Parts: sequence; C-alpha cells; structure tokens
Amino acid sequence: MINAGDTAFVLFSAALVMLMTLGLAFFYGGLVRSKNVLSIIMQCLFLACILSLQWVLFGYSISFGPDVGKGLLGGLQWLGLRGVGGTPGPYASTVPHLAFMLFQGMFAAITPALIIGAFAERIKFSGFVLFSLLWAILVYDPVCHWIWGHGGWLAKMGMLDFAGGVVVHLNAGIAALVMCILLGKRLGYPKQAMTPHNLPMVYLGLTFLWFGWFGFNGGSALAANGVAASAFVATNTAAAAAGATWALLEWILSGAATTLGTATGAVAGLATITPASGFVAPLAAMVIGIASGVVCYFFVAVVKNRFGYDDSLDVFGVHGVGGALGTLAVGLFASRLVNPGGANGLFFGNPHQFLVQVVGVVAVTIFSGVVTFILYKVVDALVGLRVTEADEITGLDLSQHRESAYND
Amino acid sequence: MKKVEVIIKPFKLEDVRDALNELGVRGMTVTEVKGFGRQKGHSELYRGAEYVVDFLPKVKVEVVVPDDMLDQVVDCVARAARTGKVGDGKVFVIEVLDAVRIRTGERGERVV
Repeated sequence: MINAGDTAFVLFSAALVMLMTLGLAFFYGGLVRSKNVLSIIMQCLFLACILSLQWVLFGYSISFGPDVGKGLLGGLQWLGLRGVGGTPGPYASTVPHLAFMLFQGMFAAITPALIIGAFAERIKFSGFVLFSLLWAILVYDPVCHWIWGHGGWLAKMGMLDFAGGVVVHLNAGIAALVMCILLGKRLGYPKQAMTPHNLPMVYLGLTFLWFGWFGFNGGSALAANGVAASAFVATNTAAAAAGATWALLEWILSGAATTLGTATGAVAGLATITPASGFVAPLAAMVIGIASGVVCYFFVAVVKNRFGYDDSLDVFGVHGVGGALGTLAVGLFASRLVNPGGANGLFFGNPHQFLVQVVGVVAVTIFSGVVTFILYKVVDALVGLRVTEADEITGLDLSQHRESAYND
Repeated sequence: MKKVEVIIKPFKLEDVRDALNELGVRGMTVTEVKGFGRQKGHSELYRGAEYVVDFLPKVKVEVVVPDDMLDQVVDCVARAARTGKVGDGKVFVIEVLDAVRIRTGERGERVV
C-alpha cells in the first residue's frame, strides 16, 4: 500500500543524494589547484550522467534483482526496469518501486565519484570513464547486492549497514587507496606545496554534503518514521562531534583550528555514522563522531605522510577509514530499542553482531581491493590511466577538456 | 630621466600614491607581485600538513621622473612606505634612455 508521506520522503531523499554528488564537485574542486578544478567538476558530473544510465539499464537489476543463487549477484529480471513500476517492490512496502530504485541509483552514482579525490590532478579522462564504469558494474553492484539485496550473502549473515558504510564509503575508500598507489604520486608531491585553490568552494561543497546526507542516511529508513528521525539525529550529532573534534585536535597539535580541518572532520563524521545512523542512539552517535574525528585525523595527518602515498584529497583516510570504523561501531552500539528491525550490538549483549560486522569489512576490503587492482591493470593496458607529464603540468582542465576555469 | 621602481607592502600603496601626487608626479604603473627578501614568509596548515610560504604579496610601483626630481621622489617614496618593520621593501633607480608619448610621438623628458 503506497503511503504518500513515505513516497514524498524517499523521492526527496533521492534528490538530496543527487545534490551530494554534484556538491562533491565543489568540495573536491576547491581542494585541487586552479588548473584542475574543471576536471574534478567534469568527473563528478559525467559520472552522475553515465551511472544513472547504467543503473536504469542493468545496474539496478544486478544489484537488487532476485538473487541468482549463492547471494553473489542479482538476476537480470529487471533489466531496463522491466516490471519496476509505480507499485511497491519487495524492498519498501509503502513507496513505489521506482522511487526506491531512484533513491538507490543516487548511491550507485556517488560511490564511484568519491574515488575521484584519490587520483585527482593526474588521471586521463578516457581511462577514468572506463575505469569508473567498470568499477560500478563489477564492484559496486555486487557489493550492494551482498549487503542490501534480498538473498545477498552478507545480508543473510545479518550484517547491518544502514546507509552504506561498507557499500559506499569503505568500498570507495579501498578502491581509492589502491588507485592512488598504482597511479603514483602527482609530479612534485610531496616536496612541492599543492594547496587548495579555493577554500570557500570547499565550504560550499561541505554545505551540500552535510545537507544532502540527511537524505542519504534518513532516506535509508525508506519511510518517514521514527527510524528516519533517529537517523537524522545520529547524522547531525556525529558530524558535529567529528568536526569539533578535528578542529580541537589541530588546535592543540598545530596551533590553529582551520576551516578545512573542521570541514574534513564533519565529512569524516558523516561517513562514519552512515552505517550506524538508523541503529544507534544519539549519545552513541556522539561517541562515534568523536572517534571518527580522532581516527580519521590520525590517518590523514600521520599515516598518509608516514607511508607516502598520494591520496590527494584523502578519500581513504576519510571515507575508507570512516566507513570501516562506523561499520564496526554498529557491532558495538546497535540497539533494538532504537530500531526493532536491526539488532543488538556487543554493548547490548550480542557479541556475535560485532563478528558479523568484521566479516563484512574484511570481505569488502579484499573484494574491492583485488577487483580495483585488476581493473587498473586492464584499463591501463587498454587506454592508459595517467596523463603525460606535459599534460599534468599544463593541468587537466586544458589538456583533457580544452577549457580553463578562470578567465578574466 | 630615471625610473624609480619601488616594492612596498600592499597596504602602503595609497600613502605612496598620495605622496607622489603631492610632488607633482602625474603617472605611475602599479603591479601586484610576490617575492621575498629578509622578511620571512609564513606557514600554512592544510589537514595537518604544514607548508612554508616564502613568497609574500607585495606591490611594485614604477614611475619615470626627470633627473632633477629624482632625489625628492626617492626620499618621498621611502618616507611614505616606511613602517620601520622588516619587509618594508626596496627602491631601485634605473637609467631611462628615452620615452615616447604614443598618441603624439613626442619624445624625451617632456613626455614624463
């Protein structure tokens, strides 16, 4: 039975997640040098286009279609959205199947877009497009099915991922780490300073992300109900806690609280609370947010420099680490008092849930890492993934897209 | 004719312009530049990484003056741009061989 309130909520949430994908272009675009800002915008925009098509044509079917057996992949029954219409599907009983499909499609578009930050300022556009499309089909769609599809093997184990800590953030974060290591550092990194060209633009991006995240997490309740409200509260609380924590940390350790640090902390908090948002109480969300600020800061400011990989915009340190941390936190803080459809975590007498969460994190880390590695090798051999040295020095805006962002 | 090339702190530009106007200097060229001398740069912080920024923003003022005004101009500029702190800048004096007013074709000192 379709419920008007639920339907309006899910459709609006889908639009909010779309705002995140396009807004991500501001967040990432402000962080790169001015000669590469359009390449970032174009990459986000183009993925929003082609991955929306992928989703309608076959992505939705292989992610959410009836399981083909063993819980690894959905079937092709819903190819081209055949049979997916205005009546409720199997996933949300009070909203049109099409609304659920669109909401999920936005997740399928933003996940590969998150990876963009890892190889910013040095990737060839053609190689990027081919890689991202293949990654969406061969990594995102299957992982999505494992955890969110009916019959998915991790779903059957009881793994909880409310809005995509593993499906979206860890998945993208691991791919980001593999890609930035294989592609190598930007010319001149880390000796030459590569400072953000427009921090107010980063702030604009943060605004879209934080705002849109209410749809991302809240919408995952798939109904305008108490769980959605709980997810809203957890989302905001964790973002606030992580942003403040990051600012305080750098204030203490480096002598100044920065806008970029606070914004980065907020995004880390949002990514970290994503898997937990519909399962944990407000104070648990606060603890998760604080932990996110500390742990992600450590990975971004210490671990990255120690190992020397050029994860240019810290996709691994923020999304990969945050996604894993939040998913494990579900295994600790989840409570059936918050969401009767969820489970209790370790702190509520169910240590088994924590083990299930660990299995999910490990499985997706390995799968995403290995398939990304193979895709890198294949795409690099077919069309090449790194621009020439001359093109990199010129900047990707001119060399890849024949435009420049700032002409006066 | 001499060209006086002055590199100053950006916020001193108005003072220098006013002082030159009072002397009767009727034109100047101003450029925003970056550079460093004895004044140290500063460090910036991005996600825990500190970068030292050597090049500081400065303003370069160029005026070409008749020989008999040179000392006045140099003194006046130096006085106007001075704060007494490191980083006040430099004045350079350069010999100018000729000048042409493009509109009329006039040449020499009368052009400036």
